[in-house]
Amino acid sequence: MLKITNLHAGITGQEILRGVDLEVATGQVHAIMGPNGSGKSTLAKVLAGDESYEVTAGSVSFRGEDLLEQEPHERSRNGLFLAFQYPVEISGVTIANFLRTALNARRENPMSAMEFYGLLQDRLKELKLDDSWSTRYLNDGFSGGEKKKNEILQMMLLEPTLCLLDETDSGLDVDALKIVSEGVNRMRSPERSIVIVTHYQRLLEYINPDYCHVMLNGRIVQSAPGIDLARRIDEQGYELIREQASV
Amino acid sequence: MSDTQPSAPDLLNIGSYEAGWHDADARYSFKAEPGLNENVVRQMSEMKNEPKWMLDFRLRSLKHFEERPMPWWGGRIDVDFDSIYYYLKPDTGNNRSWDDVPEEMKQTFERLGIPEAERRSLAGVGAQYDSETVYHNLKKEWEEAGVVFLDMDSGLREHEDVVREHFGTVIPPEDNKFSALNSAVWSGGSFVYVPKGVKIDIPLQAYFRINADKAGQFERTLIIADEGAFVHYIEGCTAPTWTSDSLHSAVVEIIAKPGSRIRYSTVQNWSNSVYNLVTKRAVAMEGSTVEWLDGNIGSQLTMKYPSVMLVGEGARGEVMSIAYAQDGQHQDTGAKMVHVAPGTTSRIIAKSISRGLGRSTYRGLVRIHNGARGAKSSVDCDALLLDRNSRTDTYPYIEVEEDSASVGHEARVSKVSEQQMFYLMQRGIEESEALALIVNGFIEPITKQLPLEYAVELNRLIELEMEGSVG
Ligand SMILES: Nc1ncnc2c1ncn2[C@@H]1O[C@H](COP(=O)(O)OP(=O)(O)OP(=O)(O)O)[C@@H](O)[C@H]1O
Ligand SMILES: [Mg+2]
Repeated sequence: MLKITNLHAGITGQEILRGVDLEVATGQVHAIMGPNGSGKSTLAKVLAGDESYEVTAGSVSFRGEDLLEQEPHERSRNGLFLAFQYPVEISGVTIANFLRTALNARRENPMSAMEFYGLLQDRLKELKLDDSWSTRYLNDGFSGGEKKKNEILQMMLLEPTLCLLDETDSGLDVDALKIVSEGVNRMRSPERSIVIVTHYQRLLEYINPDYCHVMLNGRIVQSAPGIDLARRIDEQGYELIREQASV
Repeated sequence: MSDTQPSAPDLLNIGSYEAGWHDADARYSFKAEPGLNENVVRQMSEMKNEPKWMLDFRLRSLKHFEERPMPWWGGRIDVDFDSIYYYLKPDTGNNRSWDDVPEEMKQTFERLGIPEAERRSLAGVGAQYDSETVYHNLKKEWEEAGVVFLDMDSGLREHEDVVREHFGTVIPPEDNKFSALNSAVWSGGSFVYVPKGVKIDIPLQAYFRINADKAGQFERTLIIADEGAFVHYIEGCTAPTWTSDSLHSAVVEIIAKPGSRIRYSTVQNWSNSVYNLVTKRAVAMEGSTVEWLDGNIGSQLTMKYPSVMLVGEGARGEVMSIAYAQDGQHQDTGAKMVHVAPGTTSRIIAKSISRGLGRSTYRGLVRIHNGARGAKSSVDCDALLLDRNSRTDTYPYIEVEEDSASVGHEARVSKVSEQQMFYLMQRGIEESEALALIVNGFIEPITKQLPLEYAVELNRLIELEMEGSVG
């Protein structure tokens, strides 16, 4: 599904990603942890095509194609979805209008309004969101947790093949965390891969990732199957990993 | 979309000005000599069989137009008044049945969606082609209730007393150079009268189109809502893309009697060559409400500041305006609220979008006279810049003579953020469509006030404007 090889990227005058290697097979769920500022969000945004970052070396293949060649909207249409750590507010654009535009952008024949609203209602129900949600302006005045739920709503509607979740669990209350993790679990399928960036092992306990990775200073420095690595970090912090990485 | 392309298409605008075709074989039964003089005015008035007082009114206006200097403020007006045709009479009368309208003209209006609009059950539709109104209709039920919706010329013929009493009282010819011009050579436009207590629950619609090269269009509209009446009047305008300049200079007078409410909505979509210099003013009496909703897309220069004179206690005025300026265009728009009576309130919401080298200016005046106790006004100006070179200016004049009045003013300038664009594109939305979404979101507080089909149309126009604007 996704193969990142020696990826270097940054902003002018500052390298943030310093040689990332990561491979995610189809159907797998991977977790990426790492201290603040280690480059996790940068990696996610570079994969999604954020032009404020410059890729200086390395390659990324996504579903067998060169990802870095593609425009952001093409990456999305090819199945890559990023749930943003900090979703942007766009006033005046209703969630319904936005989602319909996004959905139709990837279809040859536009979905009828009836069909769309049916679909939207189902997804809202799954996330225990009120119908009136769809008439709210995109993230405008949303609480932190509401913004995260809104990202999951989009993901469930667009049904991507690769989901990148950047700290979607941060700022969620216990009930919301449960709803969101159920949502993620429902998205789990043999055809879909999920990469979860998180600081807490809590979400991972619900989701049971196939792999955990630790990012440090713009590199993946440790990887292990299952959830063990996440548990260890939760208990011990990053000190040990830092020491190991510096030798 | 078109069988007759303009000879030198402006590459930047391809695909964005959809109404940019013209009828090559439009016939005119009368075309005055270009240029303006007493002869043209007399000829015109005679052909229209007007009463003497109207001819005198025209001549007095002409004199004032000639004497009055160009406004020193606003945009650059570079009109060659001598090359403009001031009166073009299409070769047809004013028809009541759509079937009687000549074929080419019908096609023109079909393309603009006029009969469709009527089918969508508007209360009445009037359509003007160059100088004369060619089609007019009002639903029978409203006619029976005493509602009058006629083109201005017929209004003058059939309701001379009412017209004479009100015509030119809200906007006298001497108000400004262009109101003088319009008063001298006006033709067409609408005359609306809604009797006491009659509330028309669906909009009346008028459509104006400049078809001829170097044509001037000077429609004149007078709307009177009697006590407790309600009417929503909608006007739409287009002109084909001509290379030489056309002049559109309308005058709209509104009289809202006590307790009435009038809403006037315009969506204007002019091609690049048009000068759009329009005077719109309302008088709002006791407890009445006047709302102007004004969308301006295109034109070389638009100067338009809908106003409300709040002369009756508790009267309310509102202007919501949208201006969109792209390369080679200057939108100098705004609003004017004059509070004369106590307890009057007004609200101005102005949103402008500038793209490329487009320039938008907000120019507004709120004046609260001594004695307008407890008057309240709020002004909100929002400018959105799409490019680094786009330009916007704000001139909000506020004059308050009354201590108990309160006036609030806010102005914001924003840019489309790269973060917003990236967010939308990450969901598979193309750059131009993402931009259109953001722009439509920006004007949404105003478009949501429009009837659905107009809101959709306006959003569609914005989408067309955005195509080819990025890349
Ligand atoms: N656009 C930017 N401009 C300037 N610095 C940036 C930019 N993006 C990232 N950085 C810097 O790069 C480093 C990595 O940032 P990034 O957001 O990727 O970290 P992170 O691992 O996601 O951290 P957190 O866990 O706090 O979300 C930080 O030092 C950050 O300040
Ligand atoms: Mg981050």
